Amino acid sequence: MTRVLITGNQAAAWGARLARAEYVPVFPITPQTEIIETLAGWIDHDEFDCRMVMLESEHSMITAAGAAAATGVRVFTATSSQGLMYAMEMLYSVPGMRAPFVLVNVSRGLQTPLTLEPDHNDVLAARDSGFLQVHCATCQEVLDQTLIAYRLAEHHKVRLPVLVNLDGFYLSFTREPVEIPEPAAVDRFLPGYDAETTRFHAGEPVSQGVAVLGSSPYSYFRYENHLAALQGLPAYEAIAAEFAAQFGRDYAAVETYRSDDAEFVLFMIGSFATKAKDAVDRMREAGWRVGLVRPRLLRPYPDAALRGALAGKRGVAVVDQNLSLGKGGILHGELASVLYGQPDAPPILASFIGGLGGRDIGPEEFFEMIRVVRQAAETGITPPPRLLFTKNELREVRKMQAIAHIERKEGKS
Amino acid sequence: MSEQTVTLYKRMKDLPSTRILGAGTPMCAGCGGLQALHEVYDILGEKTVFVNAAGCMTLLAVYPFTPFRGSWLYTSMSSAPAGAQGVRDALDILLARGRLKPEEDLAVAVLTGDGSAYGMGLSATSGAIERGLDFLYLCYDNEGYGNTGQQTSPATPHGARTATATGPAGFGGYKKDLFAIWAAHRPAYVATVIGTEPLDLARKIEKAKAMKGPRLIIALAPCPTGWDFDPMETVEVGKLAVKAGIWPLKEYENGQVTHTKVPSERAPVEGYLKKQGRFAHLFAPQRDEALIADIQARVDAYWAAVEGAR
Repeated sequence: MTRVLITGNQAAAWGARLARAEYVPVFPITPQTEIIETLAGWIDHDEFDCRMVMLESEHSMITAAGAAAATGVRVFTATSSQGLMYAMEMLYSVPGMRAPFVLVNVSRGLQTPLTLEPDHNDVLAARDSGFLQVHCATCQEVLDQTLIAYRLAEHHKVRLPVLVNLDGFYLSFTREPVEIPEPAAVDRFLPGYDAETTRFHAGEPVSQGVAVLGSSPYSYFRYENHLAALQGLPAYEAIAAEFAAQFGRDYAAVETYRSDDAEFVLFMIGSFATKAKDAVDRMREAGWRVGLVRPRLLRPYPDAALRGALAGKRGVAVVDQNLSLGKGGILHGELASVLYGQPDAPPILASFIGGLGGRDIGPEEFFEMIRVVRQAAETGITPPPRLLFTKNELREVRKMQAIAHIERKEGKS
Repeated sequence: MSEQTVTLYKRMKDLPSTRILGAGTPMCAGCGGLQALHEVYDILGEKTVFVNAAGCMTLLAVYPFTPFRGSWLYTSMSSAPAGAQGVRDALDILLARGRLKPEEDLAVAVLTGDGSAYGMGLSATSGAIERGLDFLYLCYDNEGYGNTGQQTSPATPHGARTATATGPAGFGGYKKDLFAIWAAHRPAYVATVIGTEPLDLARKIEKAKAMKGPRLIIALAPCPTGWDFDPMETVEVGKLAVKAGIWPLKEYENGQVTHTKVPSERAPVEGYLKKQGRFAHLFAPQRDEALIADIQARVDAYWAAVEGAR
C-alpha cells in the first residue's frame, strides 16, 4: 500500500490500472484528458498491459466500449461534458446489451455559454440512460469507486455499465493524498472479467442490440433493464461492505455526516459535499443541529436509505449543482418523489441552485441556506427555489456587459 | 483482378450453390441489397459478425429471429465502424491472451445502407480506415433513405424523384463519389459490386476476404420500392445499370483503380432510366431531353476519363 499525492484524474487512471482494464477506447476532452494521458503513458512504457485506441468521437468511443464489452473483455473509458452529450445516443443504447464496463465522467457544465468548469448537468443528462451512477467526493473515493464499479457492473444480477463521476477541477486537477492499494489485494477483491454468455465467438452465434416489433418485447426488455438496475442496490451495499472489510474504507450508498441527531440537513452530491461538511462543523459550533446527507449512488436511487436518513428531520436544504431549465434542481425533485407521503418525511424540502459552471459555495451561503430552512420550519411554508448569486457576481457581469456595450457602440466609429 | 489471386470463381457454376443466409426476411420483394448480401455472406461464411447501422437491414434481426448463422450487433446509424473497432480489438485481445481459440475467431463486417455510409457514418468510417482496422464494410446503396420511404440521401442520383424531391426535375444534386472518398484514405481495398453480376462480386469478396486491413465494398442495390419498378425486374435493372455504364464495376488497391467489367458497347442510359418510376418525369408528360442528355453526358465523360487514362 502506497500513499501518494495525486489528482482525481490520476486516481481514476489508477482505478482502471488496478482493475486490469484490457481495453480503453478514448477521446480527449477537458477536464478529463489527464486520465487517458496517464493511461497512455503507462501503456507506452509497458507498465500497464492494456490496449488503447483513439476514436474519432465520443459517440464512437462509447460504441466501441459497448461492442468490446459485448465481445468479452474488461473495458474502461472516460469523458466529460459535451463529450458525454455527443455520446448520448450510445449511452442510452449500450446498457441494453447487458455488457458491463466502467465510464468515468469528469463533470463540466454544458453550453450555452460554453465553459470548462464544473457542474452536474452533464452527468445528470445520463441519469435515465441505464448506466448506474456513482458520485465521488474525494480523490481516494474516485480510485476506490472505480474498483467497486467493476464489481457492481459485472455482478451476475446487474450486468450493466457503471458511470463514476468526479467534479472537474475541484477533483480532476486537485491533488489529495490517495492510498494506492496493492495490486494483489485488488485482484482478490476484483477477479478477472467473466463475460458469462455475453461474448462474440464462432460456433455460438449471438445477436446483440436487435430490434423488436411490438410493445410487449420492448416493455419486457426495458423492465428487465430497470429491474437489473434496481438489483444494483443490494449488490452495491454488499460489494461496498466487502471493500470496507478488505481496505478499511466505507462507501455506503448514502453518506451521512453528523445527521443522526440533526434537525436540519444539507443534501448534495459530489466534491462540494466536503465544503458542506466544513460548514456543518461550523454551524454545530454555533449551536445549530445540522448534518449532511450525500448519496453516492444516484442510479439505482437509494430510496430506503434516504428515507431513513431524513426521517424526522425538520427541514432539508437540497443543493443542486445543476439546473433543469424551466423546472429547477433535479436532485430536489428526485428527493421529493421518495419522501412525499412518508410518515416521518421532513415537512420542509427547500431548493437551492448553486455551483453552476464552477461557482463556489461559501460557508456563509451554507449558513444562509440553513437559516432559510429553519425559518421555513417555523412558519411551515416552503420557500421558493433560490438561485445562488451574490451582488459581487452581478457586479462582475455588469462590468463585462459594460465593456461589451462600449466595444459594440464605439468599435463602429 | 490482380494476378496473384487464383480465384475459385471462374464461371457461374463455381459460385456457392447453397445459401447460408436464411429465407423469410422482412426485406421487400426483389431487394437488390438482400441479393448482394446473400452473395457476399456465401463467400464470407458464417464465422462472420455483422455490425449494423440503422437502415433497411436493421430489420433482418428482429427478436427472436435472425437469418444469420453467425453473430450480429446493431449499433446506431452513425457508428457501426466504431462497433466493428470494439469487436475486432476485443477479439484480438482475447486471442492474444489465450481466452479465444483461433478457430473461434470471427471476421468483422460492417453492414450499412447508403444513408449511413455516405453521410452520418462517414466520420466513423474515416476513423476506422485511418486506424487500419481489419474489417470488411458492405454498403448496400439504394440511393436514398429507403427504410423511411426513399427520401433524398447523399447517394441519390441527379434527376431522380424521391419522397423529398418531387418536382418536375427530381433531385437537383449529384450522387456523392463514396468510392473516391474511401479510396482517398488508401485502405487495403475498395470495390463496387452489384448482386446482378455475381461472378464479379464473388471474385471481389473472395479477394477482400483474403486481405487484412480496411476493405470496403459498395453494392448498388436496385430497390423496387424506392426506385419504383416491378420486383421481377431487379435483375434487369441491375444489369442495365452496368451495361449503361451508370454503375462502373471497379476496384481500388495499392493506389490503383481498375475497372473489372468495362461494357464494350455502352447501352444508352435511357433504357435504364425508363425502367424506373423515379425517372418517369423524364419521359412524361414530355421528354426532358436536356436532363436525359445531361445524365448521358456525365456517364460518357466518366468513361472517357477511364479510357483516356489507359
